[in-house]
Order: sequence, then C-alpha cells, then structure tokens
Amino acid sequence: MEKLIFEKSVLGRKGHYLSPLDVPEIPLEKLLPAEFCRREALILPELTEGEVVRHYTQLSRLNYAVDTGFYPLGSCTMKYNPKINEDVANLPGFSRLHPYQPEESVQGALELMAKTQEYLAEIAGMDAVTLQPAAGAHGELTGILLIMAYHTSRGDFKRNKVIVPDSSHGTNPATASLAGCQIVEVPSNERGGVDLEALRAAVGEDTAALMLTNPSTLGLFENQIKEIAEIVHQAGGLLYNDGANMNAIMGYSRPGDMGFDVVHFNLHKTFSTPHGGGGPGAGPVGVKAALEPFLPKPVVRYDEQKKQYVLDEDRPRSIGRVKAFYGNFGVVVKAFTYMLMLGGEGLKEASAKAVLNANYLMKLLTEHYELPYAGPCKHEFVVTPRHTDQTGVHTLDIAKRLIDYGFHPPTIYFPLMVKEAIMIEPTETENKETLDAFAAAMAAIAKEAREAPELLQEAPHHTPVRRLDETLAARKPVLRWKE
Amino acid sequence: MAYLPHTQEEEKAMLEIVGVSSTEELFRDIPSEFRLDRPLRLPEGLSEKAAWEKMQDWAGKNKHAGEYLCFRGAGAYEHYQPRAVNHLLSRGDFYTAYTPYQPEISQGTLQAIFEYQTCICELTGMDVANASHYDGATALTEAALMALDATRRNKIAVSSLVHPEYRETMGTYLRGRGAEIITLPYENGLTVGMESGLEQYITDDLAAVIIQSPNFLGSIEDLKMFADAIHGKEGLLVACVDPLSLGILESPGQLGADIVVGDGQSLGLPLSFGGPYLGFMASKEKYVRRLPGRIVGKTVDKTGREGYVLTLQAREQHIRRERAGSNICSNQALCALAATIYLALLGPEGLAEVGRQCLQKSHYTQQRLAVLPGVSVPFTAPFFKEFVVKTTEDTTSINQRLWEAGILGGLELSRFYPELENHLLLCVTEMRSREEIELLVRVWGGDR
Repeated sequence: MEKLIFEKSVLGRKGHYLSPLDVPEIPLEKLLPAEFCRREALILPELTEGEVVRHYTQLSRLNYAVDTGFYPLGSCTMKYNPKINEDVANLPGFSRLHPYQPEESVQGALELMAKTQEYLAEIAGMDAVTLQPAAGAHGELTGILLIMAYHTSRGDFKRNKVIVPDSSHGTNPATASLAGCQIVEVPSNERGGVDLEALRAAVGEDTAALMLTNPSTLGLFENQIKEIAEIVHQAGGLLYNDGANMNAIMGYSRPGDMGFDVVHFNLHKTFSTPHGGGGPGAGPVGVKAALEPFLPKPVVRYDEQKKQYVLDEDRPRSIGRVKAFYGNFGVVVKAFTYMLMLGGEGLKEASAKAVLNANYLMKLLTEHYELPYAGPCKHEFVVTPRHTDQTGVHTLDIAKRLIDYGFHPPTIYFPLMVKEAIMIEPTETENKETLDAFAAAMAAIAKEAREAPELLQEAPHHTPVRRLDETLAARKPVLRWKE
Repeated sequence: MAYLPHTQEEEKAMLEIVGVSSTEELFRDIPSEFRLDRPLRLPEGLSEKAAWEKMQDWAGKNKHAGEYLCFRGAGAYEHYQPRAVNHLLSRGDFYTAYTPYQPEISQGTLQAIFEYQTCICELTGMDVANASHYDGATALTEAALMALDATRRNKIAVSSLVHPEYRETMGTYLRGRGAEIITLPYENGLTVGMESGLEQYITDDLAAVIIQSPNFLGSIEDLKMFADAIHGKEGLLVACVDPLSLGILESPGQLGADIVVGDGQSLGLPLSFGGPYLGFMASKEKYVRRLPGRIVGKTVDKTGREGYVLTLQAREQHIRRERAGSNICSNQALCALAATIYLALLGPEGLAEVGRQCLQKSHYTQQRLAVLPGVSVPFTAPFFKEFVVKTTEDTTSINQRLWEAGILGGLELSRFYPELENHLLLCVTEMRSREEIELLVRVWGGDR
C-alpha cells in the first residue's frame, strides 16, 4: 500500500507557483477583520509536482478499471469508454463555458443539449427530455416529483403510494420515500416478472406510480408489460421505467411504446461515459407530453421567434430545479459524441451484441451454475452457485476468487429476491476470448469450491490488500487522516 | 461498427452455442406490438475522424473563457487548474473504474477519497466528511434534510443570500416532504443580523439556519453570530462556503457551524457550462451516522495490513431502501480526485496565495471601477473575490459594450433580485492580470 499523501508531506515543499501579484497590495488587516481570518494552521499536503504525480499514479495502479480488464457488473453496463469522448469534452469550446455567459455565445452547447434530448426521446419513445439530473437516482427523484406534480395539477391529492417490485434497485424505494411517498412492494412471479394478482390488489385511488425496470434486474424482458400498464393506468397511476437496463433494447423496443410515462437514462451506462470511480454520471429523464409542463427549469429548446436556442425559465408549472445550472454538461457531451459515432443503426447493433454476449456467457456458465430464471436473457442474467450448503462456499467467496483470476467480480447478492445471486452483464464491447476466459475461470472456481473451498474462502490471494475488515471500519470509524 | 469485436465467424460460433440461428431470435420474447418496426430516427454513424472534426467545429460555435476575459462568478468560478491535474485524471485506471465496491482492487480510488475527506475536514474545520455530492445545490439540500432528521423539527430558515439556484433546488426537494422554509431578508449586502431583527426569525421550531459565506453578493457573513443565535434554540447552523476561500478565511467549524457544504468547483475544476461540479459535505462527529452518501473509512485486512473501504453503509439506500435518509447512490469521485490533486499541488501556502490574490485583485478592481462616473459601491461588508457595484447606466448596455470588447462583465443581479436593478455582481480571481483589469475599467468607462 501507498502511504497517505499527508504522510509524504514535507513542510515547505511546493508543487505549484503563481505569477507574482501585479496589483498594488493593500495590507490584509484593512481588507479583512481579524475575526474572519484563519487562525489555526491549515494542514494540506506539501510536495513537489513530481511527487504528487508519482503518488497519484501509484494509487491509480491499485485500481481495477475498464481499461485494464473485464468488468461483468450486472446492471452497471461497464462497456468500453471511447477515448474520443474524453477529448471532445476537454475541448475548451465545451469545458470553458460559464453557465451564465450570454445565450448567443453558447448556441453550440444549447444545440448539443437539444439534440441529445431529441435523440434520447427517440430512443425511449418519449416526447420530451430533461438533462438536468446528475445521476440515475437523481433522475428517479426528478421523475417521481414530475409524477406527483402531474397528479396534483389535476386536483388529485390522494396519490401518495409508489409500487415497486421486490426485484427493484434500492434507489427506487429510497427515491419515492424522499419524494414524500409511501412504498408498496409487490412480489415477483415464478418467471421473475411482476405478480399481476398482487399488482391488482396493490393499485387503487392512492397509487401514484409503479416503478419498474424493464428488462428487469434478472435480465428478463417483462412480457406482461401491456397488462401491467393497463392495471396501473386504469387505477389512475403512472408508469415509471428505471432505465438502468436500456442497453438491452436500443432500437428494438421503446419504453414509451410499452406504456411507460416517465423513464430515466444512465448516460454512464448505456451511452459509454466513464464511471469515474463512482461519478460523475448523468441521469436524464424522458416524459410523455402530459408531463412536459412540469419538467425542471430551465428547459433547453429552440425558439422560433428568436431564431436561436434558449434556456427557457418561463415555466410556471415546472417542479423547479433539481440542481444548480443545467446538468452534468461535460458528461452529456461525451454521450452525444458516442451517439454521433454509432448512429441509430450502431446503437441497435450495440444492443444486439450486448444481448448475444449475455446469452452466450449464460450458456457457458449454466454448465456449472444454477440458472434460477430461464432465458433467453437480455443484456444480463443471474446465476447462483451449486451446493453451497455442502461446500460452505458462498457467492462472496466466488466473487473474491474471481479477482485472483484477473476479473472484476460481477454484481452480487442482487436482486435481493435471489439467494446468493451472481448478476452478470458482459456488455457488447467484450470479445469472445474474454468471455471464454471468464467462463473457464468460473468453471475452475466451481471445481475449487468442491475440492478446495478454503482457496475461495481465503480469496483474494494476490491483491495489495486481502479481504478487509468492514465490521471494524463501521464500528470504529476512522474517516480521515490525523497527525 | 465501432467498438464491437465479433467477426462473422465468431458470431456464428457463438450463436451455435446459444442454440439460435440469429441474434434477432434472442429478442423474440419482446411482444411483437412492442417491437420497434422501423430504424431509430438518428443520424447515420460517423467515422472517428468525421466525428472529431464535427465536434471540434461544434465546440467552435461557442465562445469560451479562453476567448474572453471572465469577470463573472455567481457559483461558477474560473481559477487556474495546474496541468498535472488533468494528466492524472486522464489515467484510465482512475476514470474508467467503477465505484469501489470491491476494495481489494479499488484501493486507489478509496485512498484518494480518504485523502479528499481529510482535505475537506481540514478546510472546513469539521470532524467528518463524505465522499461528495452532485453539486453545491444538492449538498446544501441534503444538509437541510439531515438537519430536519437530526432535530426532528420541520422548519428551515435560509438566507436570501444563499445562491438562488441552491435555494430553488432545496425547495424542489423539500416540497414532497412538506417541510416549511422561511427566507431571511438581507440589508447592506448581508443577511439580517441581531441589530436588525434576526431574533424574530430564530425560533425554537427551527431545524437549521442556512447561511452562505461569502454570500451570493460576495460579502463575508458573521457565521459566529448565526451559530450563537441558532444554538440558543438547539437548532443547527449549516454553512455553505467557497472552499477556495478557506486558505485565508476562518474555517466555519471554528465559527460554530454544525454542517458545512458547498461546491468544490472553485478548486480548479473546469467551468464546463455548469457541470459536472463537486458538492461537498462535512459535519461534526455527532452527526456522522446521519451523513448521506458514500463515506470511506480505514480498516485492516486479515493479515493486519491497512486499507480502505466504503463504510457505514447501513445508512444507505442499497441496504435501507425506503428507510434510507437519502436516495443518493453515487458520488462525484473523479471531481473529488481533481480537487484533492489541486489541493496537494497547491498546499496550504499555495491555496492561501490564490486566496490573497483573489482578495487583492477583486478589491483593486472594485476601487478602480468606483472612481468611474455613475459607478458606486452599495455595500460595505468585507468580501473575498466577488463584489457588487451599482451603476447609473443601464447594466445591459455596460455588459454589451464589454462583451463586444471580449469581456464577460458582472452578473445582472436583477435576474435573481428584482430590487437590485442596475446592480452588477463581479468576480475577480487570480486569473486576471492588472492589464486585463485596466482594460475592463477602460471599456466600462466608454474608452477603448
């Protein structure tokens, strides 16, 4: 492990120098009352540029990344992040725009946003899109607030319940709760889809929305979607699509056509923008026309009278802002570049290959693992280990052993409804050799689980640190360095 | 097709193993009525060369801060980012990594966040910090939610001089919850103080008072006074600050703040038309289990080696679902890394020097403008890098004249404060040279 940068610090070293002050200096005490001035010494690292660069380069080498290996994380869509995206976003014409500079001087930026909105609306079959939300969960919140605004605008104030299936992402119930709604969970049926009887029993005059991920977190297309939409709409509720799994269906099927009223996108999943070690992402939201008046403001659109793109603040029915300024513009630029390169046909091809890769890998893995829900899958699938009660080997052990084989583990213990779930999403950018090698590793691990379970239980063996004591971390939190 | 590896032979072999004759067959489970029976109406794909050229042209349709002189801030600041920062961020090991849920192969990201949390604690004078939020507006909002939960009260008082877009964001979030928000008025560029009736607003049903300092008009607020007032009613002080100012300004922790938030964009992050930015949040130790979002902690592995993990996850949505305090699932890890590297390069002395230059140059600019006919200084409170001037000439025509000369002038405050007609909010950072300041003054005065 590397020492902390604070531990490498030497008092008096500097990594950056400014030009000397070129205006006449006024004594500090004339500008700032003493009580406003910092009194205690500020502890920050003191190093040369070379030392800082070496430190963070060393840290970077402790990371696994898409650029270094296969990342089969279910529901995360860890596809390749094209390099051109980064270079485009770094062009000063995009990266050095002040959010409050004159509209006529950012026509390119606004046009890019308007086009992105248009393309996303087309891909999802929606009528309007906002780019303001900064992440998927942020998009969910925006979507639920839009739905609540829609209901209350119709004088319908009693709708405060949001229905979520037991296979949903944790953000779904957390979001609905944050928006002031109560959660009703409905179970899944034996196929992993929504239990229609339970749904019928759950809907009523207080139903605000059903939040559904389609394809589901099991990687299955919800083929009862027509009935589901009818049940929810007849009860007066709206249908929200968690778009985490959009990578499976681009150009094949559109949430808007299935009856969804609201959808969020994850540009950092489907549209190839990098995850950045946890962010920034972007979570645009698409809506049907009935919800358009409520979109967060400002709305980016072309103004026929002004003959230019505008940031429209005159939106009296808007839910208001969900963040400062206009969204994670830098991320939007990358996603736009990706769509431009692939085009409509290329996006469809990406989904086709994502689904092919998932089905191929699923087929290879089912020789050694259980498949709780039969396919064909879409872009991801869920398997479980065999004979855990006999081997004492659990999903976590398999995940950690995969690290020894050079792979990032899949998503594990999710969806919650599947015991010991291993959720795998290979994405379209992985080649056959990688998929074969991963399957071979999984087969070898299944064998090890029977013959040498301690190899798995002790894994990983070759990493800079071994399994870390998370209980200790939570019980006695050390959350910062101190001298 | 770009980025797709399979040759025809490979695809054929894979399909054979799957047991279907074409990829299309794998979509048969989608009911035909929901199959899109036409191509997506998107432009045709481009080669990389064509896309690169097109996007360069596209970027050229905008006028960027390298092509004009920026004297505007208002929540988005042009500071110098040392070249090394972007080189390090561009390492694929950082930017193409996922959230560090597998700590054994994510120590780089985890340790960097731990270092970031330490920097934020040092700057703010707080005990603990989380791994970051979407931006300053959402961090402020989550701090309000945290205060509501911590005090079990249902009312927030926010200064009218907190960034208007931050306040609007908070209003959007809190509406569903039914919490009451009252707005503290201002006078002479500062939030109302004790001498002008602050007391009547500080009631014992308040969860928190939220004060921004320097505030939206640039003035430095007396945080200690607000801390004393709200603590008297057992509520919390949420301070929203510019971290760049904390190299020279007293830390909000020393002044009595309980939760400190703000936007870290000023730590050298690009303007990027408003995002992605860096929301930060720090608090006193006693609120650590109420902090929303990711937090990195130090621990040991079974051989006793030290390492870092995401910790206190029992607070978060993936464990608590609807009982979580927040729905946040990500952080702005790469932006937090940028800020950390920025701070490591500058060090305490460099950060203080940037702060001193902002202070000196903004005051110099204010003095130079104030001697122009028709320009006056309406507020007298101390400021850091932003200040307000009042003009007799129409502000739009001043800004038009500046813009034509390649200068982005101050923000017209009437946009957010209708009563501040003919008031401009200017920002001068270390980026502006004396010569550029003189140009601003000359063009403003009508002389080229």
